[in-house]
Amino acid sequence: MLKRDPNAQHPKYIYLNRRHFLVKAVPVAAGALLFACAPTQTPTQAPTAVKPTLAPAAGAGSSSAVGGSTSASAGANGLPAALAYNEPFSNVTTDELGDKLNTFEQITHYNNYYEFSTDKEAVADLAQNFTPSPWSVEVTGMVNKPQTFSLADLYNKFKQEEHVYRLRCVEAWSMAIPWVGFHLSELLQAVEPTASAKYVKFTTVMRKDQMPNQNYNILQWPYVEGLRLDEAMNNLTILATGMYGKPLTNQQGAPIRLVVPWKYGFKSIKAIVSIELTDQPIDNTWRNAAADEYGFYANVNPTVDHPRWSQASERRIGEIGRRRTLMFNGYEDQVASLYQGLDLRANY
Amino acid sequence: MSASKNKNAFGKNWLRENWLRVLVHIGVWGPLLWLVWRTLNNDLGVDPVVTLNNVTGRTAMILLLLCLSATPLYIVFNFRAGIKVRRALGLYAFMYAGLHFINFIALDYAFDIPFIFEDGIPTKPYILVGLAALLLLVALAVTSTKGWMKRLKKNWTRLHWLIYPIGILVITHFFWQAKAAEKFEPLVYGAVLSVLLLVRVPPLRHGIIALRTRLTRGKKTAARPNVLMPQAQKEIG
Repeated sequence: MLKRDPNAQHPKYIYLNRRHFLVKAVPVAAGALLFACAPTQTPTQAPTAVKPTLAPAAGAGSSSAVGGSTSASAGANGLPAALAYNEPFSNVTTDELGDKLNTFEQITHYNNYYEFSTDKEAVADLAQNFTPSPWSVEVTGMVNKPQTFSLADLYNKFKQEEHVYRLRCVEAWSMAIPWVGFHLSELLQAVEPTASAKYVKFTTVMRKDQMPNQNYNILQWPYVEGLRLDEAMNNLTILATGMYGKPLTNQQGAPIRLVVPWKYGFKSIKAIVSIELTDQPIDNTWRNAAADEYGFYANVNPTVDHPRWSQASERRIGEIGRRRTLMFNGYEDQVASLYQGLDLRANY
Repeated sequence: MSASKNKNAFGKNWLRENWLRVLVHIGVWGPLLWLVWRTLNNDLGVDPVVTLNNVTGRTAMILLLLCLSATPLYIVFNFRAGIKVRRALGLYAFMYAGLHFINFIALDYAFDIPFIFEDGIPTKPYILVGLAALLLLVALAVTSTKGWMKRLKKNWTRLHWLIYPIGILVITHFFWQAKAAEKFEPLVYGAVLSVLLLVRVPPLRHGIIALRTRLTRGKKTAARPNVLMPQAQKEIG
């Protein structure tokens, strides 16, 4: 039987404030009615019993207690309350280490998304014509209940919460980002991985007409990433649907992307259309492109340098100078136990 | 320069003789002014350190390639004006390389010199290569004057031959910092540099000059001084 990491405390940096969401959501919903905005995502189903049947571990209870039930407070255009803000909104201004969040503008105009461009500042414009809806995510492989989730399913079946995480790019820059999303473990519990499943494989959408660089062999397309099942079940691992209280922008990987905050950013695959449970190791895209530089694990580790540069330092976007990079990007307490006995130098 | 030309110092003839100089001495300030403009407008992008780094580095590299293209343009097309701006292009390349370096020290590492030695230099081969290129460029820039040319005599040519390995170091610096999916641009610059260096190889150079002379026989190409030699540099200034 699949369980969430029993040691998982709901960390402080998952911020939930149901009242806040509700207060914000009501005028938004009203506005939607008044101006008769055409809903693009109308949930056609009421939330059903597909919700994870496994009770969250005791430690996670604190968040559930205050967590907003997303379906109950759906806002404009069928968006869950946590995604229904008109202006960028976060419950907090800093991460749990006290560092200021990066701005909405910074986060949405500095994107490594090679399907559009290798120029981080060019992606935002090039991604404007991408259509993130309708969308569905197919979950297949070694599962008892293979399913295809529509965007409305994903919004309504899983609790959308704010998760403030640091993102550390393998290129040695970082940001602090208020994601909105849900625990990947909840989705996995819904499909019931079989006992033989060891890995989770994620695949990005293939759309040569909307993603210009998919016409060129700069990387293997579609982009593929993977996690070990226990990494996928870790409480920190989320599928993000939004940021700053709004649905993800196209350049961030709309409508749904992975966020694994203790790993280099390239692990956090964007625009996911397929999730497959497998017992086979996964040949992730960047390892496929340069196996000596990018591994499967890609854990943030200041003591294991990239072959061509130091990983001991990083620049927080918006600052000059450099910060010392933290082990596992500052999430050592939550994830170090996953790698006991593993040679992190060999398994970079 | 002859007296007759001096008489007409800023007339039509002067411009005809010096148009490339004018173009170079004005044009090279473009990228720097652009950066200043963007700085004043708070428009240096999401990571200004990277923007400054990329613009100064790329400009230095392109100016160096232009500097290295003066001789090939003469060999292949008998285009002599380039030789007159060769030294200026090299010095401007050095200026942008210096700005690139200052950005690295001052903004990228915020003058944290011990940390640069711990983190910035030993772990990054491409930075070592870039530093080597910069140090060699300093030597060439310092000795670029007529005074040093006279003082060093034959050794001046030997010393300034280093511009070729500098070119290779600079392209390597650019290539090594690029990610697997971003190798195209450095490869293009590398290809350009290869051509510029190959054209200089004596058998090839002589072959090209012979071919060109045959093709343009009868036109006014003969009996020109060999502007490629340093002593000729003196008369051209």
